[in-house]
Amino acid sequence: MNARRRLLAALLALLALPRRVLAQPSVNPAPGIDARMLNTPQGTLQAILKGAEMRRGRVRLELAQVADDGHSVPLIVRVDSPMSQTDHVRRIDLVSEKNPVPLIATYFLGPQTGRAEIESRVRLNGTQRVTALAQFSDGSFWFDATDIVVNEAACIDGS
Amino acid sequence: MTTRIQVPRQARRGGLIEVRVLIQHPMETGFRYDSLGRQTPRNVIHRFECRYDGVEVFRAEMGAGIAANPYLRFFVRAERSGDIECRWVDQENASGYASARVTVNG
Repeated sequence: MNARRRLLAALLALLALPRRVLAQPSVNPAPGIDARMLNTPQGTLQAILKGAEMRRGRVRLELAQVADDGHSVPLIVRVDSPMSQTDHVRRIDLVSEKNPVPLIATYFLGPQTGRAEIESRVRLNGTQRVTALAQFSDGSFWFDATDIVVNEAACIDGS
Repeated sequence: MTTRIQVPRQARRGGLIEVRVLIQHPMETGFRYDSLGRQTPRNVIHRFECRYDGVEVFRAEMGAGIAANPYLRFFVRAERSGDIECRWVDQENASGYASARVTVNG
């Protein structure tokens, strides 16, 4: 291939790129969640951080080391915060590394919550790392990430 | 689809109220196929909110990553006697509601 053809091919590939990104399937995403951020855990985190930095600490994600059944895995997030008017946790996001939809849930808290602690049960599609990301009232982001071995993945049928 | 809420009946002013909610809901992921090979459309509870004495104190946006029959435990700071009300809505616009009264002393 000569240089001109190669350049042409590169230009065509560039043109095709945005269309391919837009064509990614968005299977009925929850309203309010941008479909484009649903695809990768990195994209999900970036969409939440909006350019801000996240630091490890202040957040503790408690998860069993091994889960036999990925369909329902108990999890507790505890964030170290006085939850006062001036210093509190605004939101907590749970992000999965391997689920088809990385964003598991978002919780919105405030000083009226009193204690930044949440317990729930999640689906996990296989052995992976789960991230809990908290945004504080000063805008800073802190996170914790925990590895878990999942013996039976949640989405075994069809995905 | 029943919604159950559990809170302590009494709390001290300035103390904490632990709220536990259990919702009966399949949280259909949209990745499952029925016996005829048809994909079951995604239908999850995407919005959950809790009001205390009429004021929103906690809100959750959930996705397919939350297990079926969602369980949630969170806290609310006790300020005055009032109802703790929880509401949810799924993607087919079905909704549920449960409430409990807390008496705050002191």
